[in-house]
Amino acid sequence: MSAAPDTSDRKFKQVGSRPIRHDGLDKVTGRARFGADFTLPGTLQGVFVRSPHAHAKILGIDTSKAEKVPGVKAVITAADFPELPMHWITQGPAGVDAGANQRVILAREKVLYHGHAFAAVAAATREIAIEAGKLIEVEWEVLQPVLSIDQALADGAPILHEGQATEGMGPPVEGDTNITNQIVFEGGDLEAGWAEADVVVEGVFETPMVHQGYIEPHACLVNAREDGTSEIWCATQGPFGVKNETATLTGSDPASVKVTPSEIGGGFGGKIPVYLEPAALLLSRKAGRPVKMTMTREEVFRGTGPTSGSKTHIKIGAKSDGTLVAAECQLDFEAGCFRGSPVGAACMTTLSPYVIPNFRVLGRDIVLNKPRVAAYRAPGAPVGAFAAESLLDELARKLGRDPIEFRLQNAVEEGDRASYGPKFGPIGFKETLEAAKAHPQYKAELGEHQGRGVAAGFWFNAGMQSSATVSVNSDGSAVVRTGNPDIGGSRASMALMCAEELGIDVTRVRPMVGDTDSVGYCDATGGSRVTYATGMAVIDATRQVIDHLRARAATMLDVELDSIEWQDGNAVAVNGSADKGSLSLEEIAKKMGATGGPVVASASVSPPAAGPGFGVHVCDLEVDPETGVTRVLRYLVVQDAGKAIHPTYVEGQFQGGAAQGIGWALNEEYIWDADGKVENAGFLDYRVPVASDLPMIDTVIVEVPNPLHPYGVRGVGETPIVPPLGAVANAMRDATGVRFHSLPMSPPRVLEALEEAD
Amino acid sequence: MAKIRVETTINGEETEFLCNGQESLLEVLRDGIGMTGTKEGCTTGDCGACSVVVDGRLVPSCLVLAAEAQGRNVETIEGVADGQKLTPIQQQFLEHGALQCGICTPGFIVAAEKLLEKNPDPTEAEARYFLAGNLCRCTGYDKIIKAVLDAAAVMREERA
Repeated sequence: MSAAPDTSDRKFKQVGSRPIRHDGLDKVTGRARFGADFTLPGTLQGVFVRSPHAHAKILGIDTSKAEKVPGVKAVITAADFPELPMHWITQGPAGVDAGANQRVILAREKVLYHGHAFAAVAAATREIAIEAGKLIEVEWEVLQPVLSIDQALADGAPILHEGQATEGMGPPVEGDTNITNQIVFEGGDLEAGWAEADVVVEGVFETPMVHQGYIEPHACLVNAREDGTSEIWCATQGPFGVKNETATLTGSDPASVKVTPSEIGGGFGGKIPVYLEPAALLLSRKAGRPVKMTMTREEVFRGTGPTSGSKTHIKIGAKSDGTLVAAECQLDFEAGCFRGSPVGAACMTTLSPYVIPNFRVLGRDIVLNKPRVAAYRAPGAPVGAFAAESLLDELARKLGRDPIEFRLQNAVEEGDRASYGPKFGPIGFKETLEAAKAHPQYKAELGEHQGRGVAAGFWFNAGMQSSATVSVNSDGSAVVRTGNPDIGGSRASMALMCAEELGIDVTRVRPMVGDTDSVGYCDATGGSRVTYATGMAVIDATRQVIDHLRARAATMLDVELDSIEWQDGNAVAVNGSADKGSLSLEEIAKKMGATGGPVVASASVSPPAAGPGFGVHVCDLEVDPETGVTRVLRYLVVQDAGKAIHPTYVEGQFQGGAAQGIGWALNEEYIWDADGKVENAGFLDYRVPVASDLPMIDTVIVEVPNPLHPYGVRGVGETPIVPPLGAVANAMRDATGVRFHSLPMSPPRVLEALEEAD
Repeated sequence: MAKIRVETTINGEETEFLCNGQESLLEVLRDGIGMTGTKEGCTTGDCGACSVVVDGRLVPSCLVLAAEAQGRNVETIEGVADGQKLTPIQQQFLEHGALQCGICTPGFIVAAEKLLEKNPDPTEAEARYFLAGNLCRCTGYDKIIKAVLDAAAVMREERA
């Protein structure tokens, strides 16, 4: 397929329109089936039994009393899994460790956080399973928990994983340590850079562990069958990941596992990992019955992967004319109880939006007695951007510069090298800054106790593997099938791209998400990759379908294939054969049986890269000095989408990411007691933004085509959560005169800070 | 333990079911009767995904005991549309793209129907405060509020 985007001279007919999503009807009537909506005859209810300690050795487990409870059909512990060693395999910026993944699901040698599951029970009812779980006897050796980065790094700190050496680059670490990995990016000559700087600012910025907060708790139904095969229905971002991971962790043949993804009630990265399915499979095998497992909200908070708490030391220098010359930062990230925080991505993104010739970034991945973190929308990037954008705001203030002008002066553009290595291709950062500057909100008047903050951010976006199948029905309509769960309107964008190529109305294309036996492999719905990569597969498959349709038309019209062009849903004879006329898609489809059989084509892609997405946010807020309560008055998101396939859902991503970021900035945090127990494991106390907390969120879609996609698409899902932490903090600084270095800026902390400043 | 026999009306249909004393209306709707349109997000009354109307009152069905449905009139998301006809609120949710993942949508629609029944011409602030008990993590609420306000306008026109 063509490498360059054909946006410049192409007039889109379907792409860029705003059709009603194909799955919408089922979602407004309650018919859509989510993870917990499946059942089978004879289904048992499975529950985890969770640790009352944050850090303890398991010396022995006795499940015999639980097994004798009437109604209990199976009890499992880690001993029911084949033992996999802990072994980290690096893959690109991320990595995998099947042994650790297995120990997240059921603790083996140790429990490593409060609420860590160590057994699971399947019974006739959930109540019986819960009561039986209480009868499981464990001999614990309780250990001191490690609950902060400072505690984890202190001399004599308890070590979570003895014998685990620090990998990666950076300063040498001696002996047993909780630092599992170090990452370094550097360029230029830092000493020379500082010597050149006329103004230098620095600070330490901290963010707490926060949760993705998807509204649907994890849920699955697993049926282990007599022949060793198994069926899984579950809410996941990656059904192929569930298939492969469940097989690996349970010692099964992946070919024996079929996964049907349900509708998914939010994920934001948190439904990429597998928590329930391997345990449910073992329970189902043991019981000989289907097993359903659903988490409670409390379990979601305690026992799934939030994103890292962090501590960032950062220093940036500029010349008096505003040119950035040097930056240094150290990002310490909580990984939770096993390695694998997103500190690598944070190191890659923190300084990359700006041209800074001399820099050094050190990232450290640190284990402690908290749940193992999972991806959360642009993992790591919001934390780095909070620190960097806060200091850029300070620099702009010191230099007396407008914050957008200051960023424009230093913003990267095509040909500039990102701090993590590659040169940027065509990107829309400067266009995005210009659009923010031109927006009326940027000129709106501010009153007393009100402030305005600007921040930018970027996410590189993922490509990865995708496939799609397109088939034509005898009435000339089409079906497009992929393996990516639709988490935010992707069915509509797949259908729009297919319809655009075929030249038919989008309502004539039915998009569907298949199970792992009925579609080709697709990596997870994540990394802002589906409209980009899966969309490319859809376009390619549709173009192949068109080639088939042209060939059928050539036969029907008795002309050479080269004389048939596809125009607006019709095969048109051209050149010397123009007198042969044309055939519509409907006419060709009706005769498929006589001209070679059904028309169907599949395509697959594995793009090594995607086009980065840049965003600029402007936050206007008001602080009540009496209560410390902050009200966001106006909020603007400007972002480069490359090409918006369905603008409504592009705006929706902008608005949703901004809202999550505002929550992170103002309210959200895990609160721990001294023993490592989460004190706010519910929506009442872990307060995500509600409708009355937010204003309308204005959006501007900038379109600088991405040359890697035939329509110019860039992923848009993750970038919107990168700037808000900085934008809100900068607005707080503007409103109060106080620079906040730690999140959340919740009312008691704001009051305290205002009192200190007085 | 003997089960409790409950006679109730769900979406206008007389229904009877058996339940335990501690079972919630949400559990019975979903697992007992198989009406899974009502969603579970928290079971503590904090997220609104399980919103239903009992005798005209908007409630989280996770906090209502199933046995309390005895002799009452329960309305769920499955009963919102009039046969094959969507309500203006359902239609506006679709047209505004006021949903992404869709898990909170049934609860929002049930709550918004009640809002517009009580207040046919809400301000933005009134809509936001009435719907503050329904959590959405995907949309940032912008398109939801716009859909509800536009649905109110459509309904006022229909009545005029």
